[in-house]
Amino acid sequence: MRFDQYDTGDFFDEMFAAAGEPRAGAAVLARRLGSLDEADLLRRQQAAERLLLTMGITFNVYGAQAGIERIFPFDVVPRIVEAREWDTLERGLVQRVRALNLFIGDIYGPQRILEAGVVPRELVLSAASYLPPCHGLRPPRDIWCHVVGTDLVRDRDGRYYVLEDNLRCPSGVSYVLENRRIMKRTFPQVFEDSQVRTVDEYPGRLLRTLQHLDRRASERAPTAVLLTPGIHNSAYFEHAFLAQQMGIELVEGRDLVVSGGFVQMRTTRGLQRVDVIYRRIDDTFLDPQTFRPDSLLGVPGLMDVVRAGRVALANAPGNGVADDKVIYAYVPAMIRYYLGEDPILPNVETYVCADDKQRAHVLANLDKLVVKAANESGGYGMLVGPQATPAERAVFATKIQENPRNYIAQPMLGLSRVPTLCDGQLEGRHVDLRPYVLYGEDIWVLPGGLTRVALRKGSCVVNSSQGGGSKDTWVLRA
Amino acid sequence: MNRYMERTENVARFVDVSFHLALDLPTGAASPWGALIATTGDEERFTERHGVPEQRSVLRFLTFDRDYPSSVVSCLASARENALRSREIVSSEVWQSVNEAYLMVKDAEAAFATAPEDRAPYELFAAVKKACQAFVGTTYLTMSHDEAWHFGRMGRLVERADKTSRILDVKSYLLDVPGSRVPGSDEIEWAALLKSASAFEMYRRRHGGLDRLKVLDFLVLDRKFPRSIFYCVRKAERSLHAITGTPLDGRASRAEREIGRLHAELEFAEVEEILSQGLNAYISEFQSRLNAVGDAIGESFFMYEEVPPASSSSEE
Repeated sequence: MRFDQYDTGDFFDEMFAAAGEPRAGAAVLARRLGSLDEADLLRRQQAAERLLLTMGITFNVYGAQAGIERIFPFDVVPRIVEAREWDTLERGLVQRVRALNLFIGDIYGPQRILEAGVVPRELVLSAASYLPPCHGLRPPRDIWCHVVGTDLVRDRDGRYYVLEDNLRCPSGVSYVLENRRIMKRTFPQVFEDSQVRTVDEYPGRLLRTLQHLDRRASERAPTAVLLTPGIHNSAYFEHAFLAQQMGIELVEGRDLVVSGGFVQMRTTRGLQRVDVIYRRIDDTFLDPQTFRPDSLLGVPGLMDVVRAGRVALANAPGNGVADDKVIYAYVPAMIRYYLGEDPILPNVETYVCADDKQRAHVLANLDKLVVKAANESGGYGMLVGPQATPAERAVFATKIQENPRNYIAQPMLGLSRVPTLCDGQLEGRHVDLRPYVLYGEDIWVLPGGLTRVALRKGSCVVNSSQGGGSKDTWVLRA
Repeated sequence: MNRYMERTENVARFVDVSFHLALDLPTGAASPWGALIATTGDEERFTERHGVPEQRSVLRFLTFDRDYPSSVVSCLASARENALRSREIVSSEVWQSVNEAYLMVKDAEAAFATAPEDRAPYELFAAVKKACQAFVGTTYLTMSHDEAWHFGRMGRLVERADKTSRILDVKSYLLDVPGSRVPGSDEIEWAALLKSASAFEMYRRRHGGLDRLKVLDFLVLDRKFPRSIFYCVRKAERSLHAITGTPLDGRASRAEREIGRLHAELEFAEVEEILSQGLNAYISEFQSRLNAVGDAIGESFFMYEEVPPASSSSEE
């Protein structure tokens, strides 16, 4: 495999500083890739895909008789993050999650930050994900966001920016762990030579994070369960995987019942008390008596037990208020307000359309900006100004004027690229990064993360539903 | 999952044995394919769709027919679906062994669909058999022998007892005649019968020469052979008691009473008695009793795997 044809383009390339000049941390990998012929690399790619299939790391498409299954596309060329870069990321993430956690507790408590006018009150209270029933809730040890997946991107300058915070049920960590197992088998030697930090601690850390929420002074280890919407959920594989790796029960709503003031699990030997629920269903489906009455996935009466402090939920309900895309714009201000520190990781520059001056700027520059709806994800409800037609821009201009609260705008970023195997050649493809953060006894960042890659040439959309794949993320020890 | 894997192995073995038998039989001898379909208990269903059993249609039916729930591919798909649903309970190795077996057959299915004339899937049967045996070993070695494991083993043993009884039923015309010596010309069929239950070599070690009564004794009443009906019932009973916690000499539920009675009868049964009531009658009585055990277990435990029985008719 030769790199003479490799074009780093007009973007930050994470493996090469310039054509043929690998960055320091990537030198071992680049040398090794350079010594493989194309057929060999392709063979390794195919072996990796076969492994994914036999390990059952697939999406299921139900309905079709034979069950159409696809693997989440995987690229064998890893993405490398050097130790010093990671150190900054880690500190930045810990700082950010600490502030966000304080913010959520404040919003459902005294609302000091609103009194102080640091975040506009009406923006918070009008957020679709703000849940009034959570008011007055005091989760164990005042931890709200136990599991966080923050999306980061690098712009042309190579600097990391926070693109969004996922504080509800961030998924994808199982791919991080399984991708790693596959890479160890695919490139054992280069893996060893590169001194990569392990990701295998995650399930154990997650279990400790959950058990930390049990408030009773008891000798007995607390009983934690993982609550899933069921086998048809696209993340079911991950739910089963994490439950298995932690050795806890995987349950659906119908397996749990509120009885005698506690949440109980049905077992072959009768009811068993549950202390902690790692829930992977949305807030509003948790309890039909408190939230959506039509929810069949939840447990009636659950929220009463939560309020009484007799069961803990991870993550706590109501967190969505802090990952609303408009509230996002105020996270740097939160960090200053709660921690008295400057943010270590910057936000992407963001215009809040609810603000008259900023809205005027957005409307005048729609052809240069990316517009996003406040409570949408997965690339929906978006306008990519520079690529849109005048008619599409006009539609968004109207939408913004009709409901300014619901929109933000950001400049168009030029996402960094990593060499990726495409049709037997290595070509640069755009990536993002989702590290995972656990908030238990302390705040811990998994040294790794899900690197999503836009496999289509020129595309910046990394979502798996739109041609995205993943790569292993190698955080180097030194 | 365990029942489906057991059924898969049995189907694969039956097909394999029939294939070898068909090659050994003199031209003009009765085709083994009809007997094979009879062993499944789904003759009617087969005839309805394919008419007279011949090699190709039987192979397709038993191996790749997705509409037939007891075909190899259907059993493995169901086993896999069950494994998927209990993925947090079974070990990764167990899940992977089921998944790999399924993917192997799925690939073979695709190859067979594109070039059905090219290759008969005989190598496949050996591989499937091996995969199913590896599954049992993986289950044994990588899971705690706790409640979930005993549920699995119980399901497997009930399925296996049923299959051994079907083999006997289909071949009863060989067994159910007076006199005990096996005429030389029947040797091939007798050997095939034993091989259908993976019993040929172990039978030789235990009894030596082929003898009608001894073959029957071996497959029904042998205390050590893992496919004898007696062995399966006794071990299934032990698993049931391991799950409920009732001592082996106690009977706390209908399931325990049903299986305990079956065990006791087999314990004291003798081959001559069985033959005196007629083998067909004995087997169909046994099968309905075994179904009753299955029903009683299903009633007591929601975890017990409900597997649609191959249709219950066993008359030839």
